[in-house]
Amino acid sequence: MSAAPDHRPTFADVSLAERLDKAMPFLLIPILVVLGFFAIGAPSSWLTLTVSGLAMGMMIFIMASGLTLVFGLMDVINFGHGAFVSVGAFVGVSVLIAFGDWTGATSLLLNMSAVFLAVVAAMTVTGALGWVFERVIVKPVYGAHLKQILVTVGGLIVIEQLIHVIWGPDEIFINRPEMLKGAITFAGAAMEKYRLLAVGVGAVLFIVMRMILRRTKIGLIVRAGVENGPMVEALGYRLRMVFVGVFIAGSALAGLGGVMWGLYQEVITAGMGERMMVLVFIVAIIGGLGSVEGAFIGALLVGLLQNYVAFLEPKLALVSNIALMTAILMWRPQGMLPVVKAK
Amino acid sequence: MSDPILTLKNVYTDIAQYHILQGVDLEVPRGEVTMLLGRNGVGKTTTLKTIMGQWTAKSGEILYNGQEMKRLPVSARARAGIGFVPEDMGIFSDLTVEENMLLGASSGPLDPKRKEWLLGAFPALGTFWNSEAGNLSGGQKQMLSIARAMAEDRELYLIDEPTKGLAPAIIATMANALRELKAQGRSILLVEQNFSVARALGDSAVVMDDGSVIWTGAMAELAENKDLQENLMGLSMEAH
Repeated sequence: MSAAPDHRPTFADVSLAERLDKAMPFLLIPILVVLGFFAIGAPSSWLTLTVSGLAMGMMIFIMASGLTLVFGLMDVINFGHGAFVSVGAFVGVSVLIAFGDWTGATSLLLNMSAVFLAVVAAMTVTGALGWVFERVIVKPVYGAHLKQILVTVGGLIVIEQLIHVIWGPDEIFINRPEMLKGAITFAGAAMEKYRLLAVGVGAVLFIVMRMILRRTKIGLIVRAGVENGPMVEALGYRLRMVFVGVFIAGSALAGLGGVMWGLYQEVITAGMGERMMVLVFIVAIIGGLGSVEGAFIGALLVGLLQNYVAFLEPKLALVSNIALMTAILMWRPQGMLPVVKAK
Repeated sequence: MSDPILTLKNVYTDIAQYHILQGVDLEVPRGEVTMLLGRNGVGKTTTLKTIMGQWTAKSGEILYNGQEMKRLPVSARARAGIGFVPEDMGIFSDLTVEENMLLGASSGPLDPKRKEWLLGAFPALGTFWNSEAGNLSGGQKQMLSIARAMAEDRELYLIDEPTKGLAPAIIATMANALRELKAQGRSILLVEQNFSVARALGDSAVVMDDGSVIWTGAMAELAENKDLQENLMGLSMEAH
């Protein structure tokens, strides 16, 4: 039996159309921004709306990234994800209220320290809650989508009621820390400081998540697990442990999203996470199930489109995201950058 | 026959309402290549998946190095030293060839010497090292699947039909790599339909029919006896 002849394959030139098709999801954001510029007309309004849209998108991404990974990795539909958003917001706001002196001071260091503590507390509590939620509610219903929906919705309702028990039934109004109030003016456009912070936090988080997923062994295991979990286990990795870790991280990120969304809206309610779930699911679906990059692009598209449309035609704002989802699913039925095939 | 690295005793496996394995008894001698043969649908793939833990044995014993491992999860069996190449190859299409190989080394980084050896055995993988594995040809994917299982030194390899649908030149590459593995003292349980590969590599053979083992013996004895082949498998292996 002779050895295979050595062969030197040549690589075909990829046509422009093929390159464009592959890059198109990434190009949609600049295309939408440019279209928004021409549709809005006034550069200052456009800039304000773009920053606002990006900030909203980044916060949705923070909430959606964990959900899409959990779905991709273990095929779990977690409708209870919104509960972590609400709990994160309440825990974070409680910390901010407790550190009222710091948030009320005109010191950026004290303000940001208070926000940092609020975020750490929210992520710790929601991460721990996520661990309990996974063990008690999700683990018994692996592989059963209908049961997952029913039981995670039940979990969501229970946690919302617990929020009412602990923090009371009323909405809580909050003030942003002093140095995060107001706006800065650039080229005649007013951009809220807090929105710029949200854009920065979201961008950093995306870069960090991407680096973890692309450059580390654990990221490799997660990406492989999303595609073919049984094979990852057959190579010797405890995928169950990885999944629990991702679930905890996803819950903690939802908690971070809750704090940021609460400060963005300046009011929090027990049902705020539940209401956000519509947008979070739209983002996970149009991005492609299991894809963090897809969720990032999807979230920015949703945030930008909603802000542009709300300015141009307020009555259409509510339907703009559903229209976006419909259009993208007609173009790419599996979402923009699918990692797992929708069943 | 040398000390068996793997022993199955009276193993039964059900898949849904079907009784697939019905009392499988087999041994894989240490340091040898054992061919698992039989017609399509007799339970060869289920046997490998049951050993690996992807299907749960309903009853019986699965002894690896003398230790019962029926209750161990799949990942623990792999960490105990079993490499698995499934029939569908299990390639991670969205990852590069390099990333697939890195995952193969589950207990640490990919050893440079081992990488060099594997790229020597499968040169095509070096050519496409940074390409997405989903873009490889069928043969290249099969090479990657085997190389990935070998990325870390394991005592026993379970390999399911590695030459299915491949060109003769690639089959030869594959066979050479398996021969090298055997020369290193590793044990292999190989499901194979290609007669020349089975004859060239196999030390012993286990023939299955209807979910149980119907013959065990030396591969050379089976290869030389056409009547036995027709009795056991319904046709001469030369016909494959």
